[in-house]
Order: sequence, then C-alpha cells, then structure tokens
Amino acid sequence: MEIMWIEKILLVVIVFAISLGTAAYSTLAERKVSAFLQDRIGPNRAGIFGILQPIADGVKLFFKEEIIPANADRFLFVLGPSLFMITALMTSAVIPWGKPLDLGGRMFDLQVTDINIGVLYVFAVVSIGVYGIMIGGWASNNKYSLMGALRASSQMISYELAMGLSIIALIMMSGSMSLKEIVAQQSGELYGISFLKGMNWNIFYQPLGFLIFIVCAFAECNRTPFDLPECEAELVGGYHTEYSSMKLGLYLFAEYVNMFVSSAMMASLYFGGYNVPFLEMLNLPYNVEVFVGVLAFFTKIIFFIFFFMWIRWTIPRFRYDQLMKLGWKVLIPLAILNILLTGFGMILTK
Amino acid sequence: MSVLSLTNRKKVLQKRKLTFAESIYLPAIFSGLMITIRHFFRRKSTVQYPEVKKPFSKVFRGRHILKRDEQGRENCTACGLCAVACPAEAITIVAAERKKGEEHLYREEKYAAVYEINMLRCIFCGLCEEACPKDAIYLTEETAPASYSRKDFIFGKDKLVQPLGTSAHPKTFKPYVKDNKPYQYKNPVNTKI
Ligand code: SF4
Ligand code: SF4
Repeated sequence: MEIMWIEKILLVVIVFAISLGTAAYSTLAERKVSAFLQDRIGPNRAGIFGILQPIADGVKLFFKEEIIPANADRFLFVLGPSLFMITALMTSAVIPWGKPLDLGGRMFDLQVTDINIGVLYVFAVVSIGVYGIMIGGWASNNKYSLMGALRASSQMISYELAMGLSIIALIMMSGSMSLKEIVAQQSGELYGISFLKGMNWNIFYQPLGFLIFIVCAFAECNRTPFDLPECEAELVGGYHTEYSSMKLGLYLFAEYVNMFVSSAMMASLYFGGYNVPFLEMLNLPYNVEVFVGVLAFFTKIIFFIFFFMWIRWTIPRFRYDQLMKLGWKVLIPLAILNILLTGFGMILTK
Repeated sequence: MSVLSLTNRKKVLQKRKLTFAESIYLPAIFSGLMITIRHFFRRKSTVQYPEVKKPFSKVFRGRHILKRDEQGRENCTACGLCAVACPAEAITIVAAERKKGEEHLYREEKYAAVYEINMLRCIFCGLCEEACPKDAIYLTEETAPASYSRKDFIFGKDKLVQPLGTSAHPKTFKPYVKDNKPYQYKNPVNTKI
C-alpha cells in the first residue's frame, strides 16, 4: 500500500515537473517560432539556440521590483495569479500519459488519478481558472485591468458553452467521461478496417466537433486570435497591467501551462492520446511499447503547442463583437448541429 | 468624373458582402498558415551583429580624419575653406604660423593650431572633403562613437589627425581616390537603395 503512495507521489512530481518544464520551454519556443516565421533567428545568446533563455527570464523576473498598487486589494491581488497558476497545473492530473507500465506483474498507471468524470473535472477546473484573471483584474483597481478581466470572463463563458457542447457529441460516442476510457477506445481499428489498427481516433468521427473544440481551446487559453483580455493595443496589458515581478511571471507562465494542458486534452480526446498506428505489428516488448506510446503522446502535444504558436503569428486578433458573434451565433449552433448529426449517425450505424 | 488624377492607377473599392467561403474564415486562415510556414523554412535575414558586421557602402561618409603626407607632416594649411563650405558650421579652426624647426610637423608655412569638428552639428555631407585644396580632410568609414556628454562630441586634433606612422589606414579608413571617376562597385548588391 505504501509503495503505491510513493509511486503516485513520484508520478505527481514528475507530471508537475514536466508541465512546468514544457511551459518554460514553450516560452523559448514561442520566441523561436515567432522569429522563424518572421525570417529572424530569435534568442540565441543564452546557451546554444538560447537553451538557457527561460532560466535567464525566470531569474530576471525574480529580481524585478515587486509593486503592489496603493489602492489595490492586497490579498486578492496576490491571490489572483496564484489561483490562475494552481488551476492551470491541476488539470494535468487526469490526463493519461500512457498505457499502464508493467512493473514485474504489477500494473502501474501512468495517470495521476482516473476519475470517472475526468472530462467534467477538466472543465470544472478550467472554469475556476477564469477567477484568477477576474480577481487579479478587479483587485488591481485599474480600469484597463478591469476591462481585461471582464473580457476574459465573458469570453470564457461564451466559449465554455460551445466547448462543452462539442464534447457532448464525443461523450455520446464513447459512452464514458473517463479520459482513460476515451483514450483506450481509440486504440481499435478505424472504421472496422483491420489494417488500420491503432488509428481509431475520434478526429475521424468528429471532425466538426474537433474544429469547434480547437477554436474554443484557443479562446479559453486567451491565445491569438482571441487574446482580447490582454490585448496590448487597447488595454495596455489587460488584466495584468499592474502586475510586476514574479506575479506577472506566474500569469504569463500559467498561460503556457494552460496551452500545454489543452494540447494534451486535444491529443487525448481527438488524436488517440498515446496510441500509435501500426505499433502492434512490430511486436515490441510491452514496456517498450508503453514508452513509445508516451513519446508519441508528447509528439502530438508538441505539435499542438506549435500549432498554437503558428496561429498566433499568422492571424490578427478578432474585434470584440466579432468574437461574441462567432461564439454565440456560429459555434454554439454548430455544436448543437454536431450533436444531432452524431445522434443520427449512431442510430444509423447501430 | 472629372477629378484630376496624377496616375490612372486609382481603384475605387466598394465594401461588398463576404462570400460564404470568406465568412467562415477558415480558407483564409489556412492560406495564411501556408504563407507563414513557408517563411519558417526560409533563409533568415538576421545579421549576427557583434560577430558579423554588414559592410558599409563604398561611399559611406563617417567621422573625419586629418591626413598626414608620406613624411608624416600634417597636410592642413588652415585655409578655412572647409569651414566655409560646411553647411552645418561644425568646423572651428585657429591658424598658427610654422616656426623654424617645425618643418617635419607641418607641410605648409601655416597650420591649424586648433581644429575642432562638432560631431553633433556635423551632418556628414562631405563638403569639407570636397572643399579642401590640400587633401587634408577626409571622411572615413568609421562611425562617430556615442558618448555621455556634449563636450565629448567636439573632436579636436587629438582625435582627428591621422596617427603617426600610419599611411593609408588599414581597415577603417577609406581608400584614397583622387580622380573624379565615380566609385566602381565590385559586387553590386544593394545598389538599389
Ligand atoms: S561633413 Fe559636412 S557638416 Fe560635417 S564637417 Fe564636413 S562639411 Fe561640415
Ligand atoms: S582641412 Fe583643408 S580646407 Fe580645411 S583648413 Fe585645412 S587645408 Fe583648408
């Protein structure tokens, strides 16, 4: 029993470290990707390829002066970024990183916890995350921050709906809300063709659902083209205008953690998680297979993170009314249509 | 319409309703993504500055040098033509007469005891170079360095006169062409500017 606990704690620490590490290197990757997309080279002075840049940035943020505005609510001002960071990190608990490892006959789950309502849990935690922004923006006692916070929360509410509706269609198909279940179901044969083993990914059944999901994920992560809460051109810095030092660091950093987690969600909900097509044909030892699966999962995650950045440096930001129109008048009806289509499809193929 | 137009390339744009393909944004976003990804693999145009320096144009006009002749004597005779030619009035000269025994220092009987150029006034037009009858002043390929106080920008003879023992300056100073031919570019890369 104790050994189970130690293993779980170890896994938690590893997942924590990986989330933070990936987020740290996403900041570097963001700068590199943006540079490359703009025919530049990007940071390359701290270590080769700028490998040490995230550390340098972190150290710099730590040594910056800490400013709390005189009229700010001190408690809430500090609570805001902490809450945002905590919720960003909490989501990774239900993500299945790979098949269970075989430790000499005992199976060890590569998932911190398998809640049977995993998808719902992620949604719940993510929607608490907006309180981090809201509280921070309100506590700053600054109109730009408040505007940013308002935008963030209304955007969250609008897109959370469409996102939830797009997931409903997926849950109708899988019949389970456990992420482990959903990923495990995607290991089968695509459209029942025995050759396409390990390709039974939901993206082939739910392309429209995925499209809605990814658009909403961009909005939930406050990424371009939906980065209105921090929109530099209009709101100075949005909800984190008044923040400095590591509290600003937490906000910026949590955005990358969020990006990592939503990439992981997209990969596991729609792109088969740790499943690799045709892997079983190679007849590898079981644990090697697990390892390859984990690697494949991370490859998918990294691709989605890259996609986030690729989009950011390609298209401009939406106008606020366009954002709302897209959310309420386009995505939500589309998501409902998707549910109907899925229902019909299920009846027809039964 | 009888509106006068300089060129007839003017186009009147009218706002029209978006087509369906445009209104769902996705095709446009996709083609945008394709454009940016092409740039991702393109050769980068960054110049790694301290290690790599972009060469200046052959006719670049930088900070000045007061030349010496082959025997190490100063060319300048303090005639003041450069100061007259200078549109920015950046040059100040105080003339002095050459004493006996100073022939190895100054080529002419009269020389500039003080020769100052205010680098904050100078517009690097090169008119002083053109005005000089004695081949004394030249604009080099070196930029005037930054400084903290105004008085450091007044370059006296200590900074302007060519160091003793150097002939044509090896690296920074422009080769010395004294005919009126325009400079020939060896590899015409950036001639469009
Ligand atoms: S370069 Fe032009 S502005 Fe400068 S000192 Fe010579 S004449 Fe004057
Ligand atoms: S630099 Fe030339 S133009 Fe100027 S004072 Fe000396 S000799 Fe005359």
